Amino acid sequence: MATGHEANAPTAGEYIVHHLTHFNTTHEAQKSIVDWSVLNLDSIFWSVAIGVITLFFLWRAASKATSGVPGRFQAAVEFIVEMVADQAKGIVHSAESRKFVAPLALTVFIWIFLMNAMDLLPVDLLPRIWQAMNGNEHAFLRVVPTADLNITLGMSVGVLLICLYYNIKIKGLGGWVHELFAAPFGDKWFLYPVNFLMQLIEFAAKTISHGMRLFGNMYAGELLFMLIALMGATWGSGGVAGPLLFLGHVVAGSLWAIFHILIITLQAFIFMMLTLVYVGQAHESH
Amino acid sequence: MNLNATLFAQLIVFFILAWFTMKFVWPPIVKALDERAKKIADGLAAADKAKTDLALAEKKVVEEMRRARESATELRSGAEKQGALLIDEARVEAARIIAVAREAAEQEAGAALQKAKEGLRDQVANLAVAGAERILRREINPQVHAELLANLKQEL
Repeated sequence: MATGHEANAPTAGEYIVHHLTHFNTTHEAQKSIVDWSVLNLDSIFWSVAIGVITLFFLWRAASKATSGVPGRFQAAVEFIVEMVADQAKGIVHSAESRKFVAPLALTVFIWIFLMNAMDLLPVDLLPRIWQAMNGNEHAFLRVVPTADLNITLGMSVGVLLICLYYNIKIKGLGGWVHELFAAPFGDKWFLYPVNFLMQLIEFAAKTISHGMRLFGNMYAGELLFMLIALMGATWGSGGVAGPLLFLGHVVAGSLWAIFHILIITLQAFIFMMLTLVYVGQAHESH
Repeated sequence: MNLNATLFAQLIVFFILAWFTMKFVWPPIVKALDERAKKIADGLAAADKAKTDLALAEKKVVEEMRRARESATELRSGAEKQGALLIDEARVEAARIIAVAREAAEQEAGAALQKAKEGLRDQVANLAVAGAERILRREINPQVHAELLANLKQEL
């Protein structure tokens, strides 16, 4: 926790900006809005690490799964699997497609849930450890991968690719191209441009909103945790303001963390459901 | 909030994780779930069957009990009838034996009476002869009157 009374203490703005800067391949904040030569190493590391942990636990449950009486761990995993399988069955009507889509939805749900859950760690804990490991107290580190637009858009683009794949697989390339021009307004030659434009907008809107929704929620949540942390940072400052703000930190931090449990679960669930819905739509012809 | 190549890295990771789940996680768990569901269904069916079997067995037991009771009653009434029959037969037999015995005794008694009568008759004859002899000793020759006496004895 940053302490406000240090001589070289950062201002509130500096603190926030520092926390919102990625540890990337350039070792400094990215200047331009889009720069394909840069990789956010922290996001990739946490995303992969959490993904591996997710898969490890799922794999352990799967390798020990018996049809006999399940243990608590197995029952918990089965509970989630059943939930995802039921949702997939209701939305994607092709059993063949479900063989891939349902496991995908399961992965997405648990993986995103755990990535979101990184938000519940104290905002300064992992960055401080990282800075101590590096011996550089200005080292950047962000630990919530889903609060990085690249991560969420990466996943929503993945969903888009899957949708395109199933569009072509189910309807055939010709059928899909025909649908691109003939839907939603009708199969008239003068409507083709409008239809095509609508389809492009639809795909773009789906994909961007899919990624942005998760990113926005997690980014805002992270920011709020940082602002709450700033309140606690005033401990030791003169007068009653410091202790009062510290109390505010404790109360607001607890409330926001408890509320955030709902948000991280809900957002993971929404991302999974939208993945299923979009894939399901790829199976339906207009 | 800036876009960079992290997006593509995440895209690849996304597909690798999904592939792994599809390959190694989903099938065993779903298989176990399906198998358990089948086991439970089988168990329920077996329980249902056991229940109907039990009801059937109970019905059978009641039926058997009824039949056993019936046959016991039948047996007892048969035995009673047989007993009565035996007693009747024994009574008839006893009556017959008594009758026979009585007849034999009567015959015997008759014979004895006859014998006694004959003996008595002899003695009376003898006595009569003796008395007569004493009376007639002097005037009657026994040799001459023997035929007369024998006729007299016959008449007694």
